[in-house]
Amino acid sequence: MATSFFRESLISPRKPPVSRQGLRGWLHENLFSGPVNSLVTLLVGALAIYALVPVIEWALIKAQWVGDSRADCSGDGACWVYIETRLGSLIYGFYPEAQRWRVDIVFVLFVVLGIWLMVPAVPGKKVAALVGLLVFPVVAFFLLSGGFGLEHVPTRRWGGLMLTLVIASVGIVGSLPLGIVLALGRRSSMPLVRGVCVVFIEFWRGVPLITVLFMASVMFPLFVPEDFNIDKLLRALVGIMLFWSAYMAEVVRSGLQAIPSGQGEAGAALGLGYWQRMGLVVLPQALKLVIPGIVNTFIALFKDTTLVLIIGLFDFLALIKAGTSDSSWLGFAIEGFVFAALVYWIFCFGMSRYSQFIERRLYRGH
Amino acid sequence: MLRPFDSLPRRGRGPLWRDPAARALVFQVLLLIGLASVIGLLVHNTLQNLDARGINTGFDFLDNRAGFSISQTLISYDGNSTYGRTFVIGLLNTLLVSALGIVAATIIGFTVGIARLSPNYLLAKLATVYVELFRNIPLLLQILFWYIAVIRSMPSPRQSLSLGDMVFLNGRGLFVPAPEPQTGFWFSVAALLAGSVAAMLMARHNRQRQSRTGRRLPMGWIIPALVLGLPVMVFLVSGSPLQWDVPALKGFNFSGGLTVLPELLALWIALSIYTAAFIAEIVRSGIQSVPKGQTEAARALSLPPRLTMNQVIIPQAMRVIIPQMTSQYLNLIKNSSLATAIGYPDLVAVFAGTTLNQVGQSVEIMAMTMAVYLVLSLLVSLLMNIYNARTALRER
Repeated sequence: MATSFFRESLISPRKPPVSRQGLRGWLHENLFSGPVNSLVTLLVGALAIYALVPVIEWALIKAQWVGDSRADCSGDGACWVYIETRLGSLIYGFYPEAQRWRVDIVFVLFVVLGIWLMVPAVPGKKVAALVGLLVFPVVAFFLLSGGFGLEHVPTRRWGGLMLTLVIASVGIVGSLPLGIVLALGRRSSMPLVRGVCVVFIEFWRGVPLITVLFMASVMFPLFVPEDFNIDKLLRALVGIMLFWSAYMAEVVRSGLQAIPSGQGEAGAALGLGYWQRMGLVVLPQALKLVIPGIVNTFIALFKDTTLVLIIGLFDFLALIKAGTSDSSWLGFAIEGFVFAALVYWIFCFGMSRYSQFIERRLYRGH
Repeated sequence: MLRPFDSLPRRGRGPLWRDPAARALVFQVLLLIGLASVIGLLVHNTLQNLDARGINTGFDFLDNRAGFSISQTLISYDGNSTYGRTFVIGLLNTLLVSALGIVAATIIGFTVGIARLSPNYLLAKLATVYVELFRNIPLLLQILFWYIAVIRSMPSPRQSLSLGDMVFLNGRGLFVPAPEPQTGFWFSVAALLAGSVAAMLMARHNRQRQSRTGRRLPMGWIIPALVLGLPVMVFLVSGSPLQWDVPALKGFNFSGGLTVLPELLALWIALSIYTAAFIAEIVRSGIQSVPKGQTEAARALSLPPRLTMNQVIIPQAMRVIIPQMTSQYLNLIKNSSLATAIGYPDLVAVFAGTTLNQVGQSVEIMAMTMAVYLVLSLLVSLLMNIYNARTALRER
């Protein structure tokens, strides 16, 4: 008679190898999975430490944070006193000091509107958009420039971060609608409209922004009657708007092309006219698709506002650059540029992160 | 594109103002009239303004004597040269920095892009930091940083940094040995040309051979041997007919050798680093766009990893990479015009800057400058489109 033996209970599962779990597993997986990988890790790690330690030491540990004159900066570290002493001019440019509260109000309004528009949880987006597009520009213009009892401040006294933000906002707000119109025109069935839009878009996309700004400053006065004098800032703004609208048009067009023509045709079958079809059916879908492209264009526009320093407007970067030749503060160019880089980087990186956030929010999985 | 109303029968459209075709015609006629009157007004104003200010018109000024000096001239130029010559000099300088920038940006960009996909966590993160750092800082700021804060703050020529007493770097620029070809050097150049042509023919032959027989020649050895080995051999056999003019410190500055202006150096570094960040993203997205099944299929056919990369992944990734790369190259060429901010004598600085200030004929000069960039854009797009058409996916 055969006898059988059975286990009454399961053997407890073996633990995975130590090298596959926890910190050690992660290290093995990502840093030391083979000889080549380990060598790369050691090399990159050494390089990072070699480069990072002096930078951190210079920028944070040995840096001089408080003080009010050049004499306070004698150590090896960064001299942030240099930035602190000129922070006022970096933000407001040559705006009269007694009037700077007006800029502050515009800044506050700008931030409040921005939060209202950008944070999804805050209600009333339509009101915010209308206020942002119609009310805010007028209020901001009169606050910054003067009128209604406020002292007039000519645009040549505008400067610094304030000017950078003015140029960027006007460029962004102006170039998007113009770009949408151009993109629709480029896809029009009317040959003349299409031709004009193609030539317009390809012209601006083919030339550097700097030649556009040169054109705005040297050729524009020739185009208008002699006694007709347009503000230098306004000319630059028009140039920037036209230039970026061409790029915006191409981004929007790529979205329009991605929408099946059945969408527009279905709209037509329901009796919608052209603008209704575009405004209610096609554009809402197309614009949603190209949000990353639009934000990338905004970022590029924001970075390129620095070019106005070449035609003699004093934006944020221009003031930093002017600081490098200030005879009482020679030798602090690196501090100035690092600070400027940090400011621009925060704006641009923030915009790109926000666009990724919106993209995820709008993603519907179909 | 087929519009819904195109297919409607002619009758039943109702009155004329309801007819889309008629409305389109009226709209276009109005647009034409509007455009013509705006352009007419601009031309009228311009002519009147030019007349009032006593500015000449026409391109005669190109033959006049320029009389200013330019810090970097690739072809001979002196104070007696014409404005036409300054145009050519500026154009050549623009092309020089663009070409240098494109080469460097492509190399850095591919390296960083591939590093971002590395299984090594540290390397991938380092590449990510590079991309996020440099593409979010304005190019002009980077140019000014390299020029003012780094290169112009270098020590004077006497304390310059040197590499083996051959290459020197100081606040006046980069000094490198200049090659001086002796008699007989042209044999090596001819050998290089012949080798390249032979390599191209071999590659073509190899492709035909592969599609006929399925076998490949060991091209990894043959092409370097033809392109590099042949000229080097001819060079050595003909007695190394090349000497180097090494820069040497004489008085307050270096003489001899080849001088790279600090402006060119700063512009080159900034353009390359900035554009490379964008190219790295393009390379990464291109490689990631190839479905994983392609790698797995290649592995299933037991292709070795290198062949998988070279023959399966890269050709497919290139289809995504090429069109975007074209626009980055074009951006680099257009961005090189920022040279004018630091005084590198490119087309915009020399022609739309100095020449315009002297002559004052802004319309002609701006038109010529813009035309150059437009033509360059069209040329690069054309070349890239030809390449793109050759590598495009051929579907049924």
